[in-house]
Parts: sequence; C-alpha cells; structure tokens
Amino acid sequence: MAKSSTVTKPRDILGNSALRPDGAHKVQGSFEFTSDMHAENMLWGATLRSPHPYANIISIDTSAALALSGVHCVITADDVPGKPTYGLISSDQPVFAKNVVRYMGEPVAAVAADHPETCRRALALIKVVYEVLTPLTNPEDAIAGSFDPIHPDGNIIRHQRILRGDQSISAEVVVEGEYIIGMQDQAFLGLEAALAIPDSDGQGLHLHVATQWLHEDLTQISACLNLPAEKIRLTLGGVGGAFGAREDISLQVHCCLLALKAGRPIKMQYSREESFFGHVHRHPATIFMRHHADTNGKIVKIDARFVFDGGAYTSTSPAVLINGITHTQGPYKCVNATVDGYAVRTNNPPCGAMRGFGVVQACFAHESQMDKIAAAVGKSPVDIRLINAMVTGDPLITGQIMESVAPVSRCITETNAIPLPAPLGETVNELSLPGGSGLTASRSNIVRGIGWGVSMKNLMYSEGFDDYATARCTLKDGIASLKFATSEVGQGFVTLAPQIARSVLGVDEVILEPIDTHIGSAGSTSASRQTWMSGGAVDGACRLVRERLFHHVGKQHSIDPLRLIIDGTDVVDQVGSFRISVAEASDGIEISETFEHHHRATEELDENGQGNCHTAFAFVAHRAVVDVDPELGLVKVVQIATAQDVGRVLNPLSAIGQLEGGIAQGLGLAVMEEIVMKDGKVRNPSFTDYLLPTALDAPDVVAVMIEEYEPQAPLGAKGIGEPPCISVTPAIVAAIRNAIGKDIERIPVRPQDICL
Amino acid sequence: MSANEFYSLQVNGKNMPVQDSWIGESLLYVLRERLGLPGTKGACEQGECGSCTVLMDGDAVCACLVMAATAVNSEITTVEGITSESALTDVQQSFVEEGAVQCGFCTPGLIVAVHHLLEKNPSPSELEVKEAISGNICRCTGYGRVFAAVEATIRSRNEVK
Amino acid sequence: MTVIVAKELATALAALREHEDARVIQGGTDLMVEINFNHVKPTTIISLRDIASLRTIRQEVRGLLSIGSGVPYSIIEGEPVLSAIPALAQAARTVGSPQIRAAGSLGGNLGTCSPAGDTLPVMFALDAMIHLSTVDSTRVVSIHDFMTGVKRSIRQHDEIITSVDFPIVKGWQGYSKVGVRNAMVISVASACLVADHEHADVRIALGSVGPTIIRCRESEAWLKANQDLSAGAFISPQLAEEFGKRAAAESSPIDDHRSTAQYRRHAISVLASRLLRKAYP
Repeated sequence: MAKSSTVTKPRDILGNSALRPDGAHKVQGSFEFTSDMHAENMLWGATLRSPHPYANIISIDTSAALALSGVHCVITADDVPGKPTYGLISSDQPVFAKNVVRYMGEPVAAVAADHPETCRRALALIKVVYEVLTPLTNPEDAIAGSFDPIHPDGNIIRHQRILRGDQSISAEVVVEGEYIIGMQDQAFLGLEAALAIPDSDGQGLHLHVATQWLHEDLTQISACLNLPAEKIRLTLGGVGGAFGAREDISLQVHCCLLALKAGRPIKMQYSREESFFGHVHRHPATIFMRHHADTNGKIVKIDARFVFDGGAYTSTSPAVLINGITHTQGPYKCVNATVDGYAVRTNNPPCGAMRGFGVVQACFAHESQMDKIAAAVGKSPVDIRLINAMVTGDPLITGQIMESVAPVSRCITETNAIPLPAPLGETVNELSLPGGSGLTASRSNIVRGIGWGVSMKNLMYSEGFDDYATARCTLKDGIASLKFATSEVGQGFVTLAPQIARSVLGVDEVILEPIDTHIGSAGSTSASRQTWMSGGAVDGACRLVRERLFHHVGKQHSIDPLRLIIDGTDVVDQVGSFRISVAEASDGIEISETFEHHHRATEELDENGQGNCHTAFAFVAHRAVVDVDPELGLVKVVQIATAQDVGRVLNPLSAIGQLEGGIAQGLGLAVMEEIVMKDGKVRNPSFTDYLLPTALDAPDVVAVMIEEYEPQAPLGAKGIGEPPCISVTPAIVAAIRNAIGKDIERIPVRPQDICL
Repeated sequence: MSANEFYSLQVNGKNMPVQDSWIGESLLYVLRERLGLPGTKGACEQGECGSCTVLMDGDAVCACLVMAATAVNSEITTVEGITSESALTDVQQSFVEEGAVQCGFCTPGLIVAVHHLLEKNPSPSELEVKEAISGNICRCTGYGRVFAAVEATIRSRNEVK
Repeated sequence: MTVIVAKELATALAALREHEDARVIQGGTDLMVEINFNHVKPTTIISLRDIASLRTIRQEVRGLLSIGSGVPYSIIEGEPVLSAIPALAQAARTVGSPQIRAAGSLGGNLGTCSPAGDTLPVMFALDAMIHLSTVDSTRVVSIHDFMTGVKRSIRQHDEIITSVDFPIVKGWQGYSKVGVRNAMVISVASACLVADHEHADVRIALGSVGPTIIRCRESEAWLKANQDLSAGAFISPQLAEEFGKRAAAESSPIDDHRSTAQYRRHAISVLASRLLRKAYP
C-alpha cells in the first residue's frame, strides 16, 4: 500500500484530546441553552419571594395580580396538589411557604403571564402581610438550644462525632486555630431556567430543565404534583454550568405547577438577583482545630469542632457535614482524633452542594494547621507535609483503610519541582500588580509570598447510598449510539462518552441520544463521579455490545469469539490473520445493551464516626505564589503550580480545563467571593457586589497530571472535578501569610484582614 | 406595554422590525425574544459579566445596558453576525480546539469580544488580552484555555501573513 | 412609554421640557440597570446617544479641555485626554469593563452622581466646570456646587449636561482606586491628586468615602504651608505619610457590604501618600 503523505488525525479515543461535540454550536451561539427554548403559546412564570428572613405569613391576597391584564394564574402553597415539601435528603423545604417564611428569598407565590414585565408587575400586586420575627442567624444559638425551633424538625440538622484512638494523648507541639469560611456562591453563568409543556390531556407534562440530576428531580416533582412518575418526562436542556447549585430543586416544581394550572407551556428563568436566592450556596463554617505533633512535626492527634451553617432547610447538609469531619486529617496519617461536628438550621439562606462539598472548609483548616506545625518545629511547608503524607493502606480516622491509589508524596514533590515564576522585575506594568486596573501600587509596594495546600477528596457518594449510573449502547452499521441520563453541565461527559465507545468498539461515529428520563438514572453530575460512574456505565454497555459483536463475527467466520479483539477500527483475530472492519462486521445488525454501574458498597458511620463510609479518594497539591500590597491589603495571585492525582488522563484538553477552572473558583473563595449577610439578609445579590475572578485575576497555572492507574475505577481514571478547587484556597492564603508575616484565619481574605 | 410600539433595528446587516414591544426592553431581550437571535446570552442584567457582548457601531458593548429602542440608528452585530454559514471563524475554531469552551454560556460574548480586540489590535500583548476580556466572566475555564485560544488565533493570523 | 431618539440637542431639550416625567439616557450603564432590576419605570426616555455635539472633545480656550458629556470613556482613555489630563484618562480606564467604557460617559457619571463615580474625583481635584443647557438657557456650574449628596446634584429636570471643562495643569496628576478585584470593580476608596507646578500647590479629591466627593482643602493647605510644591521638589516619606493621614481625616466613610469605614479611611491615607510621592519622585 502506498504511503500517504497526509497527516492522519489521531482517532478520538481515550487518552486523546477529543474536541467537544457541542463546541462548534457553542462558539457560534447556536447551542440551545434551556433559557433559549420556546414553545408555541408559551407563557412566562415568575416567583414571589419573601423579603424577610423569618416571618409569619398572616395573609396572601392574589386578587389584584389575577386581575391584571395578561396574567393567567397565580399559585401559592394552597395550589400544591401533592407533597407540600421537597428536599434531597430530608423533605423539609416547602414548595411555597404557607404559614411561615424561614429565609430571605423563600418562595411564597408564582405567577404565569404573557410577558416577563407583566409577571414583574403581577408579583408587585400580590399582597402578603407578614408578622416579622427575630431571625436565628448565629449557628451557635442553634447548637445551644437557646432559640425556639424555627422548623418542626428542630434547629440541629445533624450532629456527628468521630472518636479514634487514644482520646487523652497529647504531644510536645500543640497548635490550634479557629477558621472561618464565608458563604460562596456557585455563580454558574447560565441562570436557572426551565420550560414545562403540559400534555394535551392535562394529565402529565414534559419538563425541559437545566439540572444536575434528572431522575432525582423527577422523583421530587412527581411527589409534589401528585402525578405518577411516568406522567412526567424530563429532558436536559442546555446547561450553563452547575458546580452543585443545580442539585436541589429550584424552579422545577413551580414551573410544572404553573403549566398544569394554565394549561399552557411555561418558561421560567431566574434573573441573577433571583438566582442568588433561588439556589443553595456553599456552607459557611467555623472550624476549630488543635493538632498535637511530635518535635519532628509528625501528627499525633487532632481535636476538631466543625459548625456548618445549613441555613433554613436541610438540602445536603447532613452529607456535607460528614464530608467535612471525615476529612479533618486531610491527606495525612493520623491515628488519634476527637472530632465533633454540627450542621445546623438558621434563618440564613439554605446551603448545600458546591464543588468540594464540605472538604473545602475542612481543608482550609487542616492546611492552615500544617503550616502552624511547620513553623513550630522549624520545618518547611513541603517537609512537614511529606513527613505526614498518607499512603495507600493507611487507616483513616473513621477506621476506613485507604484503598485508593494515594500518591500524596508524589503530588507534593512534583508540584515542588515546578519552577517558580520569575521574580517581579524592577519595571513592571502596574496593571499586573495587586490592585490591577486601579493603579494603586508601584513595584516597591509589593511583596511576594509562597504557600502550600494539599488535599484529599472523597469521590462519589458515601454512607451506604446505592450509587449507580445507567447507559445503553447500540451498535448498528458501524455506528454506535449512546443513551444516558447523565447531565452535561459543561464538564465534558458528552466528549468522554464517545471516546469510550470508540476505544471499546472500534467505531468512529458515535451518536449521542437525547439526555432524558427515558432510561435509568445516571445519578448526579456531582461528587467528581460521572467519569467513574457514567463512564463506567458507558464502558460496561459498550463491552457487552462488543462481546455480542465478537460472538456474531465468530459465528459467521467460525472463529472462537474469545480470540477476537478490537484493533483500531477492526475486529481482529489475535492469533490468526482474520481482520474485518467493525463497520462491515456490524453491517445489517443491531446490537443494543444497557449497563448499570454501581460502585462498591459503603456504610454509615456509627455513633463514634467509625465506618467504611467513603468509596474512593483523590489527592492534589497546590503551590501558590502571590504578590501582596501589604499596606492596602490587595492581592494578585501570580502562579499556581499543581500536581493532581488523576489515575489516568482520558482527555488532556478537558483535564487541564477542569484544573484551571477549579483553581479559579478556589482563588475566588480565597480572596474575593462571599455572600455578605447581615441579620439573615443577603447584602450583595448581584455581580456588581459578588465578585468573581476576571481575566486580570487569573494566575498562570502550571499543572502536572499524576497518572497512577486506579484499579478500582472502571477506566482507571479518578474524578478530577473537585480537587482543583480545594487546596488551592489554603495555598493562596498561606502565600499571603508568608508575604506579610501575619496570621489570617478567615476566608475570603479581605483587604482589611491583611492591612489592619 | 401592549402599546403596539414599532421600530426597526439594523442587526447583522439586516433591517429588523420590532413589534409589540414594551419600550423598556433591553437590546438583549429584543435580540433574544423578538428577533430570534438567542446567541447573545444574559447572565447579570447589569454589565458585569459580558455574556451579552455585541458590537454596536463597531464598539463592543453589553446588550443588556442598551435600551433597544434607542439603538435605531446603530449597526448592531451579534455572534450570529460574526458567524458564517460555511465555516467557523479562526477565533471560533481556536476556542474549540484549545478547550476554551466548557459550559459555553460565556462563549458567544467572548467570541465577540475577541473578534473586536483583534480587529482593533492585531498583536496584543498578554496583558492587553487580559484587559480586553476582563469584562467577560467565565466561571468554568479559569481563562487559561481562553488565553490559549486568543494566542492560537494570533499565531495563525501571523502565519497566514 | 415613549422613547425619543434625539439627533440634535435642541430636540432633546424641547422634549425634556415637555415631558416632566422623562429620563435622559446616554450610555445606559446606570439607567438600564435600574430598569432591568425593576427599580424605576420611566414612561418617557430621551436618548442622547445620537447627538453628535455631545461627543466632541474641544480645546477652544488655551489651557482648557472641553469634553462633551457623551464622549465614551473608551475615547477619554486615549489621546488627546491622556496627555492633557492624564488623571482623567486613568480614571476612565478604571471604569467597569471595556464594554462599559465603550458606553459610559462623563454625563452619566455626573447625572448619576454616585460618590463611587470614577471620574468625579478628577473633576473635584481639577475644579472642573459643568455646562448645562435647557431649551432656553445655559449655565456653567463648578463641580463643587454641582454635586450635593449621594446621587444628588443641582441639575434641574429640564437640564442636560452638555460638557465638562477641565483646566490643563502643568505638573503630575494621577488617579488611584481600591477595589477587591484587579479589574471591573466598583471603587471602595479612590483618590485623585493633581500637582500644579505653576501655582506650587497640590489638590486632592476622594471618592467613595463620603456622601459627595471630598476635596481635602485642609490637607492641601497644610501641605502648601509645610512643603515646597514647585516642580522638582523633594517630598520625604514622613511628610507624605502625614499628608495621607490628614487626607484620611477629612474623609467620612461608612461601613457597607463592600468594605468598612476603618479600611476605607486607611486606604485613603495610603493612596494619598503614594500619589503625593509619585507626584514628586
């Protein structure tokens, strides 16, 4: 065969940087996000929310709103035909507040009208008379029991302790601190949106929605609507980011109720301000930690107390609490621990899932502590972490044995090997200094600091949850099609799934079927789990199809199917010369298989916090270099070096995108992102005052992927979504401390925390 | 609002009548909901995210801050107007190839902003690129791949020369 | 609700006189936020966007630059303003994002009159004069008289701000603004300092630290009394620090969700001190 001079593009199989199948549409503006959807005869829906953090509802009068021209219906708690509440773990959150509102922004009523402006006017015409109550805003009041229950389920959402080893032991070096973590918002760009289309018989509906978990939404919606699940179909609309904020119900039930009541399609779409009230946030937390270490800096015992403010409703607070306290030790050996943890109910906004899920808070505390130990024993931040680094086989403070590949030392040493950025030159553009475009500093005002953060993060669900994902693969005429309910929120599963099919089946063309509830659950796009879980399901389905293809080929060509393998795009006899293209081999037949991937079972913690509660873990190290203007307290993060334990890189381009994106979110929490609360009221529900990192805040990221194949993972790959945003935050704060020589125990670090 | 207001906008080289509008509508709303051009995205309603970046008489502006009815004498270009039917532009191609697209919600605004930047300044420094897109918030990528896409575009334009 | 897109100033002024409820819109960067957030529901809008005469920069009188109220910040960032009034160009460059700067203008900053308006401290430090017109009159008002409080000015309903006169001063001048992000941020505290070599004095005005922009006249007087301020003078670090403290003492900041009064006052002392040392390197 003549050699071709053209360069052949590598096939988009696992390990290569396959490009997003939706990329072209996204850059052209033709990708359809949920907020872009329309339906014939559509109305707009909007929500009326409580202006008070805590108040009794004396009366609701919707008559004036109903009388407004263009308004089709107004609904309140009285119009919920089924279960009046919903919730991921505990069904304690009302669809609409009935007699009492428990947080500022709690939904009270919803309207459907012909134009968003009509909706706004109608909302203004709904008269709600409130009796304003003093809100419970201090979590310690909830723990102390000094405040009457603000909810029938009480003010403590969950209390859990961990007792491990010798409770009375101490050591030569004792360091402690109380660490405060502010409330972060996921701030995805694509605001909450849904389009509900009622069936013509009025007995069911089709909901297009931007969500992280279609099936869980379906379960909760169906209960609230009092409709059987089969009467409701959910299809994933285009999702503009999620980061945990789309795991809970927001507008789903409201939108469906309006559609059924109006008998017309309803589109709902939050504004940015409403979005701040419409979804859960990252838990603010106060964490006390005391580390006992020997004179060498080796951890002997950890005492800790965690308080997570869950806000008014449960959401995922119980799981966030467990994640937090079980990560007290971080990626370090520790055999003795006394940990007490609370997730409490207050009249602050409900908090729940956000990338990092409880571990972000724990990591800020334990990494701050590691630096204190290092200082106390005269060791470098790198050495103190290497001395204590966990390895596979180590017991955790829950008694669980670390079975995952645990290249903690390698993460640290490989990060340490990344060259530091060049020192600040004598002539430097002031735009690149702390203060940026404000031109507040000259070169001579700036000092540089270096800091470290290392983290451990559990992957997937914990505590006995039967976590699984479903996928179907169909092979026909050399083309594979994949069906799953996995939410694509931007992370790139739609890129990965075809890569898996190409690798397993030797096909090139892979069709992705609509992502909806016409197949079993995929679980949530959260907890760094979809590559492992849905990836495992796609892989499993493709393998079953491959097996049947081999049988088919074997039968047709009288070859033992066990001898057949896929080589490139061919089916090949590995001990003979037989070779046939997959396209030819599957010509005229259709093979379809569905596979459910379950991860190994986990168990609940006992009363002393002991038990194999987690599935698997991933590790990462971050080294931050920051420039600080100590007098003004302004910070510029110059470089983040990182080495992340990824198991195996399945798509280098997607992987680096996850790392850089997570780092930016961790940077945000370190120096600027906070929902500012006062007396239960959100003070900054806008992008003017809730600040997200801009291009001028972005550091250089130098990343190393540590590939140590994870045998437990279906593809050898660990989830990589959450780790990037966890230890980067303490690394940045440590770098600030290093630059200014002052302790800081609160994030985000505010200018006044540095200079006053 | 049902005052049968009527005006026309010049969008992507076409005269587009706007009917039955409420006159306070932003250009963002009118483009998306009345003119069938949903490529321009809204994410903050106050000019703090850049998702709705469009060109107005050659300037990159936030469509959410333009009252549509005041734009009757302006030439407006949206991401749809930048897009050709036959192929991706070099900026669009680089965004896809360099991984600058994740959820994609900020992407149309960034595409418009980067096209605008490179038209005004074909060889911007790294800092100039950062300043030029500092009004476009991206929550997914951390900007690293976006910078790579801009660099790749500049590189490919220089090679063509 | 009606929108009047005026092409001539006279048209806009006549419409404004006629419609008592009308709001004028230039770049829209303030008013549209209010409308999008449902805070105002104007019934008549008069757009100044297409009035070419408001978009000119003129130097008719020697030593005076007159900038039309509709000239966008993206133009003010560059020449001729950059050389003539560098502090104003700097302030313009810190406004919002590039997209905001392509739309926003001095007329908007003055019309809104927020203490956080970035160009206002420059106007206060330079004693800028504001030109206002009605359909049948014009007047010129000092910026010091123009701004009367938080989002309050002496502009009458039927008046349109047409231009701002800035004296071209010989000597260093600069604008610094503290925000908690390196770009696209509302000022937590800001300062404009102008060294006037001709008159051997220094002027400083502060933003976001009081109900109006604050011109630190006592600090200015103290500085002039204690320091040679002609070109090439040497400013000691100690004196600069003292000047900063005095300027901070003239500020009257508050606590809010963006920052604290204590930090703002501190930031002013740092900014004022640094600006002074930059003015006399």
